[in-house]
Amino acid sequence: MTTSAPPIEARGLVKRYGHITAVDDVDLTVSGGDVYGYLGPNGAGKTTSLRMLLGLIRPDSGSARLFGRDPLAEGARALDGVAGFVEAPRFYPYMSGRRNLEMAAALDGDGAADRIDEALETVDLTDRAADKVGGYSHGMRQRLGIAGALLRAPRLLLLDEPTTGLDPGGMRDMRALIKRLAGQGITVLLSSHLMGEVEELCDRVAIVGNGRVLYEGSLPELIATTAGHYELRTTDDIYAAELASRRPDISDVERTPDGVTFAADQSVVAELTIALGLAGVGIHALQARTASLEELFFRMTES
Amino acid sequence: MTTEAITIERTRARRRRGGRPGTAAVYRWELRKLVAQKRTFIGVGAAVVVPLIFIVAMLADSTGGPEGVPFGEYVRETGLAIPLVCLSFGAIWLLPLITALVAGDIVAAEDQNGTLKTILTRSVDRSQVFAGKLLAALTYTILVLTTFVGIATVVGGLAFGFDPLTTLSGTTITVGRGLFLILVGTLTYAMPLIAMGAIALLLSTVTRNSAAAVVGTLMVSIVLQILGAISALGFLEPYLLSEQFNAWQGLLREPIDWDPIIRATWVSALYAVPAVACAFTAFLRRDVTGG
Repeated sequence: MTTSAPPIEARGLVKRYGHITAVDDVDLTVSGGDVYGYLGPNGAGKTTSLRMLLGLIRPDSGSARLFGRDPLAEGARALDGVAGFVEAPRFYPYMSGRRNLEMAAALDGDGAADRIDEALETVDLTDRAADKVGGYSHGMRQRLGIAGALLRAPRLLLLDEPTTGLDPGGMRDMRALIKRLAGQGITVLLSSHLMGEVEELCDRVAIVGNGRVLYEGSLPELIATTAGHYELRTTDDIYAAELASRRPDISDVERTPDGVTFAADQSVVAELTIALGLAGVGIHALQARTASLEELFFRMTES
Repeated sequence: MTTEAITIERTRARRRRGGRPGTAAVYRWELRKLVAQKRTFIGVGAAVVVPLIFIVAMLADSTGGPEGVPFGEYVRETGLAIPLVCLSFGAIWLLPLITALVAGDIVAAEDQNGTLKTILTRSVDRSQVFAGKLLAALTYTILVLTTFVGIATVVGGLAFGFDPLTTLSGTTITVGRGLFLILVGTLTYAMPLIAMGAIALLLSTVTRNSAAAVVGTLMVSIVLQILGAISALGFLEPYLLSEQFNAWQGLLREPIDWDPIIRATWVSALYAVPAVACAFTAFLRRDVTGG
């Protein structure tokens, strides 16, 4: 194993099904310690990419390496230190949660069986561990999936939409769990179609649409590219818009049903508020408008 | 570093880590999964009940035995004839069906449950998963066959007595030799049955659907029997898998006729080896997209 190799390094991944290209020339680099968001709508090719990373499906071209190892060439050894699930985690419904974990641990070796109790405790399933998985709720199965992943004492976790189908409480708990695991130094690749989730958990992100990576990089940097937009509501929006338009350092002035929007530097905004006050125009509200990831995403996919 | 030194170093590293699981771990868990599933017991149950029904039917009727079946006429003379008659009956559909019930399910069920991805993202290679499943299906096949023959022998003996057996050559053999030949006959019979299991495993891997694999195996069995019944295709008969289910009868001639047994060995292999090889290749190369 190459210890300096990044947890995930995919180059030029392509997967076609007939005339449909599910994954189209995807490059992905996830560094150690990242909580990396893999964001895209359903059908964007996220799950197919994750399956290729885990060696479950063969790319038509390109390669995927986990800590420098190719699962297609090296088999299960390439998954040492790697855990996770694609789509919903699946278990044997006719066996108990604990029994399922015992089986998983037997196929993991490396002392995984000693971690079963701790993993059940972490996902809060100790009390239901003796029940058959067939009777588990969706949320419990998701949590059992995380427990199954933790048995491998992973350094890299791949989680495919782990909060899908959970109720709000379950989503909150799952996100808190992911944060906790990331806090322990585990690198996480989190695939999601939920913008808020990625914003909350991830520091780096790849945005995918129609099988292609549309953006790859730091999340704060991406959001910063949209900074400097403001929404203003005053006692006289028509005058406020006119005043703003007259200034050369204010751009994109627009009247909206609720008020006025414009783009400007912070210092210019301060000057505008003074000018409005001197002109006898009262300010009801002034707020910086940071484009959400959702808007960014749609902007990218539409372009 | 020499290859040998690398191997030793890897073994040491493995020991330090507490061992890397392999085929044995998969095999153990495949057996546990079988024990946890109802369908396993349907097969074993049928292997127990069918000989019992036959024996009860014989006891209920005071005279005669099944006609046109080897040893059918001797069932009232000795219980040792009971397992031999049961073997002839079982070949038509019962034992191939029971075998297919598990071998046809062992990969397809993982597809249908979506659990193939669960086991293939642990620390065992695909080849080890396949080998573990193959061994589990093989174990089940042998267990079912020995249960079938064992129940027929023990209960048949208790019902009709453990008496000397008349061979197909008309000579009489002792109870001890009879039991020994039943055991060897069962092993002979296991060969085409295992080949049926291999076909079921192939269908299980390729169709990814348990029902299709089980029904498909039965259809293969029936088609082979139909081919065997067409006189114009008589030249095919020695090479039909279905015909090999009769090879054990060679043991119950005096002197023993080894020809059908030798043929059963290589004909069974002719079916089983390519089926397993194709299943193995398909399993290794396939995309795991379900679940």
